[in-house]
Amino acid sequence: MNPASVSLPRVATPSAAPATWLGRASLAVAIAVLLWMVFGLFAAGQPLVAVGVAAFGGAAVAIYGTARSLAWRYLFPGVAGMLLFVAFPLVYTVQIGFTNYSSANLLEYERARAYLLSQTSVDEAHAFDSTAHRASDGSYRLSLISRETGARFVTGPIGAAPGPLVLQPAESEPGAALSLREVIALRERLMPLKVQSPDGRVLSYAGLREFAPLEPLWTVNADTSLTQTATGAIYRPNRKTGYFETDAGERVSPGFKVSIGFANYSRMLLDADFRGPFVSIFIWTVVFAALTVVFAGALGMTLAVLLNWEALSRRTLYRTLLFLPYAVPGFISILVFKGLFNQNFGEINAILHALFGVKPNWFADPLLAKIMLLIVNTWLGFPYFMILCAGLIKSIPSDLYEASAIAGAKPLDNFFRITAPLILKPLTPLLISAFAFNFNNFVLIALLTEGRPDFLNTKLPAGTTDILVSYTYRIAFTDAGQNFGLAAAISTIIFVLVALMALLQLKATQRAEARS
Amino acid sequence: MALVTGRSQRWRIWAAHAFLWLLIAITLFPLLAIVSISLRPGNFATGSLIPSEISLEHWKLALGIAVTNADGSVTPPPFPVLLWLWNSIKIAAISAFLIVTISTTAAYAFARLKFGHKHSILNMMLVLQVFPVAVALVAIYAIFDGIGNHLPWLGVETHAGLIVAYLGGVATHIWTIKGYFDTIPAEIEENAKVDGATHWQAFRLVLLPMAVPILVVVFVLAFIGVIIEYPVASVLLREEPNLTLAVGSKFFLYDQRYLWGDFAAAAVLSGLPITLVFLLAQRWIVSGLTSGGVKG
Repeated sequence: MNPASVSLPRVATPSAAPATWLGRASLAVAIAVLLWMVFGLFAAGQPLVAVGVAAFGGAAVAIYGTARSLAWRYLFPGVAGMLLFVAFPLVYTVQIGFTNYSSANLLEYERARAYLLSQTSVDEAHAFDSTAHRASDGSYRLSLISRETGARFVTGPIGAAPGPLVLQPAESEPGAALSLREVIALRERLMPLKVQSPDGRVLSYAGLREFAPLEPLWTVNADTSLTQTATGAIYRPNRKTGYFETDAGERVSPGFKVSIGFANYSRMLLDADFRGPFVSIFIWTVVFAALTVVFAGALGMTLAVLLNWEALSRRTLYRTLLFLPYAVPGFISILVFKGLFNQNFGEINAILHALFGVKPNWFADPLLAKIMLLIVNTWLGFPYFMILCAGLIKSIPSDLYEASAIAGAKPLDNFFRITAPLILKPLTPLLISAFAFNFNNFVLIALLTEGRPDFLNTKLPAGTTDILVSYTYRIAFTDAGQNFGLAAAISTIIFVLVALMALLQLKATQRAEARS
Repeated sequence: MALVTGRSQRWRIWAAHAFLWLLIAITLFPLLAIVSISLRPGNFATGSLIPSEISLEHWKLALGIAVTNADGSVTPPPFPVLLWLWNSIKIAAISAFLIVTISTTAAYAFARLKFGHKHSILNMMLVLQVFPVAVALVAIYAIFDGIGNHLPWLGVETHAGLIVAYLGGVATHIWTIKGYFDTIPAEIEENAKVDGATHWQAFRLVLLPMAVPILVVVFVLAFIGVIIEYPVASVLLREEPNLTLAVGSKFFLYDQRYLWGDFAAAAVLSGLPITLVFLLAQRWIVSGLTSGGVKG
């Protein structure tokens, strides 16, 4: 009996009825949640995000709420994921590359302005010493003594009525004051309190035993400028530099995010301090990727040819053992090498010391560090090429080798006249993609050397073993002042290079397929 | 094949064996050394590959058990390795499950349904695959920082955020599953539809049970991919209790606090299962892709 023909109608009939009202209800809920989110984002001053959420949410509602597109019901989650977390970051990176987004210019203009306006200082001249007291009914009240006049006041019970607490003149404390420990326990309730002082000032929590008027550090002027209360200086927002500035050019932190055009790019080309290490890093990136492919590719191809040799026994064992570096997780094997190459405790230097009496410092010398990276990356990469080449060699017709054996050819002739020319064509696109992968081999650099040793005399820290990706990571996330804008600009250049490599790979693939 | 074997053949075979064994020795040296180091006492010990004295202190620390030294002092575990391992497994399992779910449905649409722009979407997937995620880290950080301002449970420093970030990487998996669906004759589902099944039922009750092998393979591949992922996790997770193994492991080898032996034990403990799963998955990929969906 065919199980499908029995079970299907049974599932089909009951599910049809509730689908109508349940579906409509959940559709209504989904629309309501979506609208709530979009309006919330608009209210929070994020119009672009709100539009994005509305677009994606609207698409989801349209696809799942109406019966119009069946295919898109299946497609939507995957395509939305790729657009949101692969395509959008690329576009967003390019956009960030044209801004001054950094730890100093982190906030949008409105939020930077709001932050400045929320800054206050305690007006010590009109401060009150405060003590807290517990009444017999369990409520708390404050007793304040003016530092200016020495007059004593008490408040009503905390939290009894909304609005600021009103002060009443008092002769003595309302019972024993709470200890400091008890006041600390009460702090969460004291901090939001506002107290109306007799002369009309509003007092705020200024310390465990102090209430005082808070003076704003900045006041708003009729135009967009802000006045610094203490000095009277006027700061105007400068949309080009992303700071509030005086006419003399004095800045106040935090700055805000603005578009600065091609400034990040011109810095790469024109700032000599930056260009020097940048060009060196670029050259090393290309050399590193190329040499990795050459070494790992040559070793992998040699092994594939050897392991294809039928006269050789135990080939399966060899292949399994040689495949192991590819199966061990990269983050573990790279860190293992980091330990093995350690100057004093590493096993590699122990062996070198026993054999040759040397203990090279692999992590401090730029050339040695680069050699170490290439050794480790060859170790990591050759099994991949071995597997690839083995597959390609299998597809070479064996009568070619039989003919060459009859002609009396040597093994090397076989390799250079038959094997290499035949597998090079289909191998080329794979070599290009391996080059592109190593061009952006962030994990190796980040875990083994972190780009060190660094160049001396550079304003932004830059490493002699840094490749472009690890350099952008460094600029964005570590010591260099978190300059996201500059990092994104370099990333944009990497995108262009990656796209070029992909194009090259496509051409090579087409050529390989055309010939075969 | 080789009909004529010369006298040089014999020594060439010997040379090949010698070369291969030398290379295997170099290949296996780091892996054997790390096992040996994890069993040596102390964090700075050097010695032969077979340790003369076996000590389990590093293994205890890796498993979260404090070690009492000979002088009576107690060494607490330096890092919560098991917690990191659990974080890694949790994130990888949830991500892999979601990745398989959304890749399978998308692959079904590509393999079976007709809709506009099918080819441009497939091409878009190929193009996007080219750009490594490590290059867009700034944007990814900024996006999740922005999300976190509105939805704190999905922002930076949350596992939910990291899982969502991984959901973009479905293109290869969609291709793999689509390739498998293409090998299953569409007539089987057509028959089910003739019997009165809806699209969803034909997909869920007919096609999916036949595709279980490939779904397992994709799950394992996605699982391993997430376990070993470093760039995105290192940007989104910074607090020690939140880290995954891939991000946390490097803290063992800081110059100021160099815990070589403790690292070795943690590396073997976490690396061995992943390596075994990977080797197993290799076999599944071959068997999963060669044994088609129609049998008998």
